Amino acid sequence: MCFPQKGNPFYKNGAFCLSNKVMRLRLSSTHPMVKTNGRFAWLFVVPGLFLVILLGLPLLALFLRAASGEFFTYALSDTALAALKLSLITSLISVMITVLSGTPLAYILARWNFPGRAALELLIYLPVVLPPSVAGLALLIAFGRQGVFGGWLASFGLSLPFTTTAVILAQTFVSAPLYILSARIGFAGVDPQLEEAAHVEGASQWQLFSKVMIPLSGRALITGVILAWTRALGEFGATILFAGNLEGKTQTMPLAIYLGFERNLNVAIVLSVVLVLVSLVMLGIMRKLDESQPE
Amino acid sequence: MKRFWILLLAVALLLSACDAPALTAARPAEAPTSAPTIIPTIAPAAPPEPQMLTVYAAASLTNAFEELGKAFEAANPGVTVEFNFAGSQTLRTQIEQGAQTDVFASANAKEMDTLVTGKFIPADSAKIFLTNQLLVIMPADNPAGLTALADLAKPGLKVVLAAKEVPVGNYALQVLNKLDAAQGTGFKDKVLANVVSYENDVKQVVAKVQLGEADAGIVYSSDAVAAPELQTIDVPAENNIVAQYPLAALTNSRNPELAQAFIAYVLSAEGQSVLQKWGFLPVK
Repeated sequence: MCFPQKGNPFYKNGAFCLSNKVMRLRLSSTHPMVKTNGRFAWLFVVPGLFLVILLGLPLLALFLRAASGEFFTYALSDTALAALKLSLITSLISVMITVLSGTPLAYILARWNFPGRAALELLIYLPVVLPPSVAGLALLIAFGRQGVFGGWLASFGLSLPFTTTAVILAQTFVSAPLYILSARIGFAGVDPQLEEAAHVEGASQWQLFSKVMIPLSGRALITGVILAWTRALGEFGATILFAGNLEGKTQTMPLAIYLGFERNLNVAIVLSVVLVLVSLVMLGIMRKLDESQPE
Repeated sequence: MKRFWILLLAVALLLSACDAPALTAARPAEAPTSAPTIIPTIAPAAPPEPQMLTVYAAASLTNAFEELGKAFEAANPGVTVEFNFAGSQTLRTQIEQGAQTDVFASANAKEMDTLVTGKFIPADSAKIFLTNQLLVIMPADNPAGLTALADLAKPGLKVVLAAKEVPVGNYALQVLNKLDAAQGTGFKDKVLANVVSYENDVKQVVAKVQLGEADAGIVYSSDAVAAPELQTIDVPAENNIVAQYPLAALTNSRNPELAQAFIAYVLSAEGQSVLQKWGFLPVK
């Protein structure tokens, strides 16, 4: 996508090409590498090995335990399937809400100047560093039946705790900030001069947003979706407090793993492996996106 | 600025991987009043050596054992008692997976027997140290207006139980089975249809009712003593169960003498009076 504009450092062959100004999260290392220098290499390798072992062994153990002929028996058990289905549906709805509401919000944060902006940013990003159990308690105290706004909700005939809606709200609460963070970085990375150029060419605010901002921050947005989705898929602390635990209704995969490990360790292990695999695939996609980025 | 956001994202990725386990929302701190008790010391050793005793105890024992632990520490200078309260099934699993502990107090025989079978606890060493019964609890303002056990079958009620793997959840199912025979007309199925959540230990059931999020829960009589603001409906003795709590020292306890001393204290008249103060019943 190119605009003619002179006097711009990115001006090439009579067109201003946009792709190189997109900010992104780097997961893969495409920085220049140096050759290892023999004598003191162990000073890096030995301490580093500790974390490699700590991070690697538990995952390896999960896979070793799961790798039996019974894998599919457990994976196809009622509890596992119900949890899998519920997790997929709730996390996808949560991501949809996040994208629909979070994209405009991220744009506002990246481009607009208004009083209270800093406070708004703090509010939106707070759940990122907040323990999920605090999020769950806060949701319960706010929207619970006896909560601060519980009476108001009840006047519409709404009762949120112990419902699938509560699961979705808990997931959105903890995962939306990740999307907004990523999207905001993406939007902020688009050269403002491009917007001006589009504006001069007569683009409306909406055209600017949909034809310039969205395509140019595509990778950041997809990264945000992946982060938010995996986070929603793994939500546990807020869900168990706000939504409770009922198979098929509020028992998502992380809850089934936590509550199931005493009942049936095998189902818990199999569900864990499924979550690890999903996370791996998602990380792989993020890495690919990063690598396909033209310099 | 960009760097800050990227750093924040990295932190977020980290956090998402280490969810904290559920909180028990509220735990009443006030204890029923009673005269201080006198506890026999194990040995009148002059300079107290610092010793640590770890006790894994059923969630329902939380308040009573915390008081017992303080009294035991006071009577044995240098001794620190550390508790891990959770559903007995969780504790059993933790011990099976290698948790180092000295004493295990379970809310049912099943978890204790499993550990005996697994040689984590010596055969025939477990002692029943108290009994408990079930009742129905409601929030202080009883929003659903429950007055009798039959009301538990009212459609649309929000009932919270412990999962069937949790001792109290299993006891609750037994009671519902007995009531089903007594009340008839599919009572048990109607109550189970009202269940909105199966919690992981009894204190979480209590917390959900205390917060007023659930209309009713089935818990131990002792839980109602620990949370006196709750309304209750008693289950008649003929429909109730007698939950027997066994207690034992672990085979691989690092301090078997201290473990035995703690068990002896729990079984002593003083220990039993503390337990009864918290609503537990003596062994018949």
